[in-house]
Amino acid sequence: MIRTRTRITPYLLILPTLVVIGALLFWPMIQIGMLSAQQVGHRQLRGEPAQWVGTDNYTAVLESDLFWSSFMHTVLFAAVAVTLTMAVGTAVGLLLNQLRGRMSNFVAGGVMIAWATPPITAAIVFSWLFGSTGGLANWVLEALPDALVGGGWRDYNWFGSPFPTYVVLTVCVVWQSFPFVAVSVLAGLKSVPGELFEAAKVDGASAWRTFWRITFPLLRPIFLVLLVLSIIWDFKVFTQLFVMSGLANRDAYNLSLFAYAEAFGSMNAKLGLGSAIATVLTVILLVVTALYVRMMVRRGELA
Amino acid sequence: MKSRSRILVNATGLAVFAVTVFPVFWMVSTALKPNEEIFSTTPRPLPGDPTFRHFDFVLNGGIANTSFWSYLGNSLILALVTVVASGLLALLAAVALVRFRFKFRTTYLVMLLVVQMVPAEALVIPLFLDLKQLALLDNLAGLALVYIAFSLPFSIWMLRSFVAAVPRELEEAALIDGAGPVRAFFSVLLPLVTPGLIATSIFSFITAWNEFVFAFTFLDDQAKYTLPIMLQYFFGRSGNEWGPIMAASTLLTVPVILFFLLVQRRMVSGLTAGAVKG
Repeated sequence: MIRTRTRITPYLLILPTLVVIGALLFWPMIQIGMLSAQQVGHRQLRGEPAQWVGTDNYTAVLESDLFWSSFMHTVLFAAVAVTLTMAVGTAVGLLLNQLRGRMSNFVAGGVMIAWATPPITAAIVFSWLFGSTGGLANWVLEALPDALVGGGWRDYNWFGSPFPTYVVLTVCVVWQSFPFVAVSVLAGLKSVPGELFEAAKVDGASAWRTFWRITFPLLRPIFLVLLVLSIIWDFKVFTQLFVMSGLANRDAYNLSLFAYAEAFGSMNAKLGLGSAIATVLTVILLVVTALYVRMMVRRGELA
Repeated sequence: MKSRSRILVNATGLAVFAVTVFPVFWMVSTALKPNEEIFSTTPRPLPGDPTFRHFDFVLNGGIANTSFWSYLGNSLILALVTVVASGLLALLAAVALVRFRFKFRTTYLVMLLVVQMVPAEALVIPLFLDLKQLALLDNLAGLALVYIAFSLPFSIWMLRSFVAAVPRELEEAALIDGAGPVRAFFSVLLPLVTPGLIATSIFSFITAWNEFVFAFTFLDDQAKYTLPIMLQYFFGRSGNEWGPIMAASTLLTVPVILFFLLVQRRMVSGLTAGAVKG
């Protein structure tokens, strides 16, 4: 009696999560793939059965210029934002480790504020900071010597074309994501025995050298996990771009905005086409996730 | 020499603090400035003549003629339901993962890692159709289900390490003393994993409180809007009224920040235990 109870207990315990995750995350993930081979528009939303169209959606997507510009934006943005997030986060993590007591808590607290800010507010606040009327960024740039930054900043519109939009987006996203890297690096540093750094100091190694020779190799597993997570997060950035640029600026789309715009953006909803774009995005992220899972297995996290 | 480098480190720390906090500071400062100061050609850091006019406007039906408190209520209910439900379900799963060896355990763990990475922006399309079919579209209950699902994988992952930190012997001792498994759970395990539950709660609270895409897509009826949707709606409609927009942003942001700072230390230990076990 007791025997059978223990045998089914773990299954009973995971059952509720299995049902919720299965129904609301796993099944929809498979549905995206199915939808991407269907035509789902207004008629289907009214209850007519969906039409299977094979690879038509993918052909349409891959042939559109908009897909390729969205793809480029996604990849370039992720590359720049991830690099900056890792660099700034690591630098701040190292700094936090140097600070003592209250000072450390104080600065860490400030850094946390950026992390806690809801993406929607962050996007709106950065839209205001970089606004064309009354925006602080334009005022500062106008006040700086022209030799340094050029002139004509007063009414500069940051959200009129893709490049400056992505500059602001990068600043905003890096601002929100470096704290997680900083705090994780700090946590990792705390677990490294101090003697190693003492030894390097005695040997007269520079801070730069100490970092690459000692800190980086020791924290390598943490850096790898942070890198993968950052790539995944920055690849699918949506809310901030949606707020700053919106669905009307097709030139500035990234993949998630493009998918959303096709599915819900116009009066003529094309959920099948949107799903095809979403599938491309999901497959890319699943490849990155596979690397992540492999790393976790190697680190024994699944034991 | 030593003290000079200490001063340099501390100064850099303060500079990092100032730069990081600045956008939030500017948000609050703008919210408190009268319009003449907001659009002045020489912006000043602090409001010269602080006013609560913008807050008053936002709180008293300035947005879409619906009271701010009803949006706040929607957001709070969603966040609380998500915290309680996902905390409870995640704890059960974490106990199973730590205290039992069972078939498909690794499969389950891999599934958690994978679903955690799937973009919400992609899932929004099938979930829209599913909820529509279940008549849960434009419904806070439907939204709550989605939020619970999205906060579960990380919550389980994090709680797992907290449960693992509780020595098994403690529960066994309780069992030997004649307590049933349920009693052992409530009087031994639960109090010991409370810090973990708190850390997990922050994550699920923020997941629900900050969420934008699903709420924006699923909710149609203005009375059901959550705060982020209200903010986006207001921003989209009156893009240049920065005073009220910053006041509304402040009202959305400050509770999260306070919550975050309140449990900051627990949070870091939660992270080190869960997300980045070194």
